[in-house]
Amino acid sequence: MALSRIASSTHASNLLKPLSAALSIRRVISSDSTDPLTIETSLPFISHKCDAPPRAVDTSASELFSFFRDMATMRRMEIAADSLYKAKLIRGFCHLYDGQEAVAIGMEAAITKKDAIITAYRDHCIFIGRGGTLLEVFGELMGRICGGSKGKGGSMHFYRKQTNFFGGHGIVGAQIPLGCGLAFAQRYSKEENVTFTLYGDGAANQGQLFEALNMAALWDLPAILVCENNHYGMGTAEWRAAKNPAYYKRGDYVPGLKVDGMDVLAVKQACKFAKEHALKNGPLILEMDTYRYHGHSMSDPGSTYRTRDEISGVRQERDPIERVRKLLLAHDIASEKELKDIEKQVRKDVDDAIAKAKECPMPDPSELFTNVYVKGLGVESFGADRKEVRATLP
Amino acid sequence: MATLFQGVGAVTPFSASSSLDSNKLLLPSRKSLSISDSRGSIFVYRSDALNLKAATRKQDLLIPNAVATKGETSTSAKSGHELLLFEALREGLEEEMERDPRVCVMGEDVGHYGGSYKVTKGLAEKYGDLRVLDTPIAENSFTGMGIGAAMTGLRPIVEGMNMGFLLLAFNQISNNCGMLHYTSGGQFTIPIVIRGPGGVGRQLGAEHSQRLESYFQSIPGIQMVACSTPYNAKGLMKAAIRSENPVILFEHVLLYNLKERIPDEEYVLSLEEAEMVRPGEHVTILTYSRMRYHVMQAAKTLVNKGYDPEVIDIRSLKPFDLYTIGCSVKKTHRVLIVEECMRTGGIGASLTAAITENFHDYLDAPIVCLSSQDVPTPYAGTLEEWTVVQPAQIVSAVEQLCQ
Repeated sequence: MALSRIASSTHASNLLKPLSAALSIRRVISSDSTDPLTIETSLPFISHKCDAPPRAVDTSASELFSFFRDMATMRRMEIAADSLYKAKLIRGFCHLYDGQEAVAIGMEAAITKKDAIITAYRDHCIFIGRGGTLLEVFGELMGRICGGSKGKGGSMHFYRKQTNFFGGHGIVGAQIPLGCGLAFAQRYSKEENVTFTLYGDGAANQGQLFEALNMAALWDLPAILVCENNHYGMGTAEWRAAKNPAYYKRGDYVPGLKVDGMDVLAVKQACKFAKEHALKNGPLILEMDTYRYHGHSMSDPGSTYRTRDEISGVRQERDPIERVRKLLLAHDIASEKELKDIEKQVRKDVDDAIAKAKECPMPDPSELFTNVYVKGLGVESFGADRKEVRATLP
Repeated sequence: MATLFQGVGAVTPFSASSSLDSNKLLLPSRKSLSISDSRGSIFVYRSDALNLKAATRKQDLLIPNAVATKGETSTSAKSGHELLLFEALREGLEEEMERDPRVCVMGEDVGHYGGSYKVTKGLAEKYGDLRVLDTPIAENSFTGMGIGAAMTGLRPIVEGMNMGFLLLAFNQISNNCGMLHYTSGGQFTIPIVIRGPGGVGRQLGAEHSQRLESYFQSIPGIQMVACSTPYNAKGLMKAAIRSENPVILFEHVLLYNLKERIPDEEYVLSLEEAEMVRPGEHVTILTYSRMRYHVMQAAKTLVNKGYDPEVIDIRSLKPFDLYTIGCSVKKTHRVLIVEECMRTGGIGASLTAAITENFHDYLDAPIVCLSSQDVPTPYAGTLEEWTVVQPAQIVSAVEQLCQ
C-alpha cells in the first residue's frame, strides 16, 4: 500500500515539477529540516524469541537526504573501484558492496562512533560509513601510502581505530570471535557500547560462529551478530549450503530478527532495537536480507550461478538508493534535479579522490619491515636472521 | 628505522640508558582503568657471560646481572624465596594483574578449577570471574576473543590447556594475532600472551606431546619464548605481559615442579635474550626448555671426561638472540644444538640456518643438531625415551664434534 502511494505521487510530482519551478512554490519540507518524520518500513520484521520492533521508523528530512548522499557516494565508489580493477590499478581481491549500501548506512544511523563494528572482507563501504575518506579507500586499494593501512593491507584490510572500526578480515568467519572479544572488552570496561559483528550467509555455517554465540550468550556480552545475507556464498546459493537458511533462527537460544536489508529505514530501526536489547539482555542475531549486484569479487562475473534477470529484477524493485530517492521525491524533500546534482557532485568527488590517490607514491622499501613488531620494552626486532637491538625498560 | 644487518662484524651499539629506572612503565591509560604504581625499581637481569667479554663490546653501561643458573642468584641468594615453577608463573601473573587492571586471563578451567597445572590457582577468587575467565572448550573462538579484546587495549593471557590444542586456533594466531599490527598499518597492537604447556611428557600419547614452536615460528609479528627455570619463568611471564607484541610463552609439562630460589624484589627479563647457563671453551651447546636439563646432565659427564662445554639456553625462540650465540660461536667454533622439536622444520633447523648464514667463517665443524625423531610420540615408555634426545647421545655428539 505504501509503495503504490509513492508510485502515484512520484508520477504526480513529475508532472508538478515544471509548474512548481515556474511558480516558485515553497517546498513542503526542506532538505535540511530535522523535524521528525515517520515512515513505515516496506516489510514487517520477523522475529525469533523476541518482540519485533515497530514498523514505523522515526527519521527526518535531513537524515533521508544524508542517506541518499552517502549511499550514492558508496555506490559510485564501488563502481569506480570496478573500473580501476579492470584497468589493473587495483590488484588481488576486490569484493564490492554495491547493492548492500543500506546495511552500512542504516547501521551508522542507529549507533555512535563509540560502538564497535567489525566485518569481513567486503569492507570498503563500512569503512566510509565509519568516517574513512575516499582518498584513504582508493589509496589503500591501489597500494599507496596515503591508504588507510599505509598500503600494506589492501582491499580486505581496512581499519579505523579512532572510530572503532576493527576491519577488514580475509578469512571467512575469523572476525566473529574477534567481535566477541570486542564485546568482552566493552563489558570488561563497563562501557555502555555494543559491537556489531558482520558476517555473510557463507560464514553462517562456520563453527566459530556458534562457539562465539555460545560464549556471548553465556556471559551476556553486548554483541550483535549481523548476517548480511546476500543469498550467495561466492558461487553457492544459500539453499545449497545451509540446511536451515533461516539464519536469524540459527542462534537457537539467542533471539533473532529478520530485516529487509535493502530498506535503510528498516535497518536503522533494527539496529536501534538491537543496541537496546544487547545492552540489557545480551547477544542478538540480525539477518539482513540484502543483495550484491557484482559477483563475489572482481574475478567472479556473478552470472554463472544466477541469472541476469534476477540481478536486474532486484535492481529495479529493491534498490536501496532508488527507494530513498522515491521517498525524497514523494515527501517533496528534494527535487529530481537536486538529486541528480548530488550524484554529479559525488561522481566528481570520487574522481578527484582517485586522481589524488594516483598521484600518491607507493610505500618505500623500508616500510616492508615497519609495523611487524611494536616498539614495546624498547625492542626492535627484524626476524631470526637479523641483528636485533637490545632491550631496556623505559 | 629498519636497518638491514650487513654482516657478522657489525654490532649495533647498545642504547646507553640506565636500566636502574624507578619510573613506572608508561602505558596508555583507559578512561576508567589506571595502572597502580610500581613498587620500586625494576631491574633487567641479563645473562652473565657478556660482562666477561667487556673488552670486545662497545657497550658502555653497567647492568646488574645475575647468573641465572639453578640455585645461584648473585644479589639475593639469602633473601629470596623458594618456589616451584608453576608458582613462579603464578607469582609473575599475579603481580602483573595487580599492577595493571587491563590484564586478564582466559582459558579452559583457569578460574574455579585453578588451572590444570595450578598456574592460575586462587586468582579467580581474588580477581573475579570476568578477569579470570573460564571458557568453554572452543580454542579457536576464545583465542579470537582474546585477540579482539587485545585490539581494544585489554591485555589478555590466553591459556591453552595443552599447547597441542592451540592448533585449533592456528588461524587466529597466524592471521589475526601475528598480522593485524601490520595489515592495519600500525593502528592496532595486540598485546596478548598465549601460553601453555607443551613438549613430551610421561607417556601422554602422540596428540598430547606436541611441540608447536616449529609450527608457529614462521608467523611474522609474534614473539616466542620458552621458559625453563622458575627464575626465567617468572621474568619471562612478566615481560610477555608487558610487551606490546603478541608473545607465545612455551612451558613444558615436566618442568612445572622444579624448585628454585628466586629474588624477592621485582624483576623482568628481556624477551629477546638468551641465557648463559655454563660458560665454556670447547663447544657451544644451544638448547631450550626441558632439554636444558638433559644438556646439563650430559655436561657433568663431559666435564669429567675433560671437555668444557658452553651451554646457552636460547630462551627466545623468535627472534633468536644471535648476539649471544654469535659471541659464543666466535669463541668455541663448534656448535651443537639440542632440542625437543622434530628434526624437520624445527627450531634447530632454523637456528642451524641462521648460524650458518651469519657465522660460517667462525665454524670449525659442521653444526650438529640433535632433535626428536620425526615420529608421533609413542605411548610405550621405552619408545618415548628413544624419540627424545637423551644425555648419552649429547655426550657422544660432543665427543665426535670435538675430535
